[in-house]
Amino acid sequence: MRKWFCVLLAVVMLAAAIPLAGCGGEKEASGEPYKIGAVFSNTGFNAPLGQPEVQTVEMMEQQINKKGGINGHPVDIIWYDTASVPATCYDMAKKLIDDDKVVAIIGPTGTGDTNAIIDLVRDSGVPLISCAAGTTLTVPTATNDKHWLFQTPQTTLMIVDRLFDYLKTQDITKIALITDTAGFGVDGLKTITAEAAPGKYNLTITESQTYGTNDSDMSTQLSKIRDSNPQAVICWGTNPGPAVIATNMSALGMRDIPLFCSHGIAFKAFIDLAGDDANGVIFPCGKLPIVDSLPHSAQKDLLLEYRKNFEAKYGKGETNTFGGHAYDALSMVVAALDKAVTETPEEISGSNDTLQAVRAKIRDYVEQKVNSTGYPDTDGFVATGGIFNISASDHNGLSKDCIVMVKIADGKWTPAE
Amino acid sequence: MTTHLFVQSLTSGLTQGCIYALIGLGFTIIFNVTGIINFAQGEFVMLGGMLSFYFTRSAGLPIIPALLVSVLIAALIGAALYLLTIRTARRASVVSLIIITIGAAIFIRGIAGEKWGVNPISPPAFTGKHPLHFLGATIQPQALWIIGITLAAAVVLHFLFSSTVIGKALRACSMNRSAAGLVGINPRMMALIAFALAAAIGALGGAVVAPLSFMSYDAGVGLGLKGFVAASMGGFKSQTAVIAGGIVLGVVEQVAIAIDWGPFKSEYKEAIALVLLLLILVVRSRKLSEEERVS
Repeated sequence: MRKWFCVLLAVVMLAAAIPLAGCGGEKEASGEPYKIGAVFSNTGFNAPLGQPEVQTVEMMEQQINKKGGINGHPVDIIWYDTASVPATCYDMAKKLIDDDKVVAIIGPTGTGDTNAIIDLVRDSGVPLISCAAGTTLTVPTATNDKHWLFQTPQTTLMIVDRLFDYLKTQDITKIALITDTAGFGVDGLKTITAEAAPGKYNLTITESQTYGTNDSDMSTQLSKIRDSNPQAVICWGTNPGPAVIATNMSALGMRDIPLFCSHGIAFKAFIDLAGDDANGVIFPCGKLPIVDSLPHSAQKDLLLEYRKNFEAKYGKGETNTFGGHAYDALSMVVAALDKAVTETPEEISGSNDTLQAVRAKIRDYVEQKVNSTGYPDTDGFVATGGIFNISASDHNGLSKDCIVMVKIADGKWTPAE
Repeated sequence: MTTHLFVQSLTSGLTQGCIYALIGLGFTIIFNVTGIINFAQGEFVMLGGMLSFYFTRSAGLPIIPALLVSVLIAALIGAALYLLTIRTARRASVVSLIIITIGAAIFIRGIAGEKWGVNPISPPAFTGKHPLHFLGATIQPQALWIIGITLAAAVVLHFLFSSTVIGKALRACSMNRSAAGLVGINPRMMALIAFALAAAIGALGGAVVAPLSFMSYDAGVGLGLKGFVAASMGGFKSQTAVIAGGIVLGVVEQVAIAIDWGPFKSEYKEAIALVLLLLILVVRSRKLSEEERVS
């Protein structure tokens, strides 16, 4: 009996020694990982925005682990599909918080999904960095002070203001609107109407029409718009609506009226769909589509690197600003883990108190250090969306300066200014 | 409302309505021969568009062969749907079979989303995109193709059902399945043909509308619903009524947008069409019960 026990002990000790022996020469991270959660719309109506977000975090996970992880520990990005349904988003977020015990959550893709979990993350004390652009998402309300909520995209308000600044330079004061009846379009219509008011940009809305996301012919609405004699048409919605509208306008001979769209068309898919009719369309967007024409800067280098890696993995021309929002959110969490969290993954999974403490540390880092204090050399945290300066009163950290006007010419994105 | 606006809504409505009519015909054929509402009908329309996109853009076929191959493949998928699900579960109740078609629709949609991605696509237009004008309205050449193909399909189907043996056998099945079986018609073979035929018609509609209004993996849901409304307007019976129902649906939607007053607005166009459907059904059921009382 004693003999077998000694043999067994020797074998066990050898087995335990092997991973330790292998550790020295390898660069790849191993061991228990830091667990970061994510909820994205991989399917459902927000899938065109959600899929590049999923692709981006998977790409980043591989890159981080290949380079040795965070302080020697690998990361594990656990993501679930919300199917663009708020109730599903809630269930998936709860799973991440209670079962997977993640240290932070990035996403969701859409504003509707985000609103479904703002109370959940507050009550559970988990930092949430959303990739949704709803203007009032991070604004405190009577029921939720948004202490745990951040967002990486530029808000709809910033985008509309930037567009209106451009309209001013073109002496355009009379606009017609054609907007999607789904959440994104409704949000846009509300923001545009408010910003066009006399006290603000003072624009006249000559006609306001709507269309369903999957409607196939907007000629009737556009005929009415043409009759109202606007100086420009603004279309707010995601694919395929704007492509149909561009095509309809060409068929109706209306392309002498400038067509402006939202950042919802910042995909190669829009140009593929609308073909020649995409040319001449102008839209506000983050800097990624026209990165090549930007002057040299830290952000330009980051954008070029992101585009190179994304297209190497997923195909030429496929990078878009929406994947960038996920890049920014994950970068912030990774920075927090790297610089502010000393606890190891084993300590985190060993104790609930440690988990809660780490979650709070990440939240604090994002609120207090993702700005020019934490990153003084670049005047803020450089990311794809812009240079972030997050503070206690601003959980978004961007301004309309990080938005540019893009014009489609010859099937390519070019600067409009 | 100005004349050209009215004409524009009529032409747009006629084009849309023809698509709804084609989808409605598919529902009607399967319902008449098997008693089942096939909720995967919309997915066949989607497949028609996606397959024709694949064959023209990726495989590089010219438009007519791509169209024929797409319709043929859709017919085969329709037949497979029948054989693998409905035929296998034949002892189940009609309601269960309908639910099975819903499951099949979700399955087809998922495969399409995996294979072709989530972004909308657009096959090339048959004769280009240069628009034609009349009475102040614009119509795309592809719209004329849609209207023309719908009329042609209606004529062919009419001929099929009235003058060919298979067509008469299908009609016999729809009138009385057991009696048809007694005179030597195989109802299961007829059901198979009905599914394949309905899938082919749906795919034809999808292939001809996709160049005009693009197609995505989840377009089948909305289209199927509109086609169902068209079929209901036609009482799931006569072809002419279904086609008329589809066109009325399309026109009502577009005219509602053009009126743009009170409840007649773009946002409510579907609601208006459904209210119209309710009215038609109420009127029809009243007429039916009156006939019963009289007889």
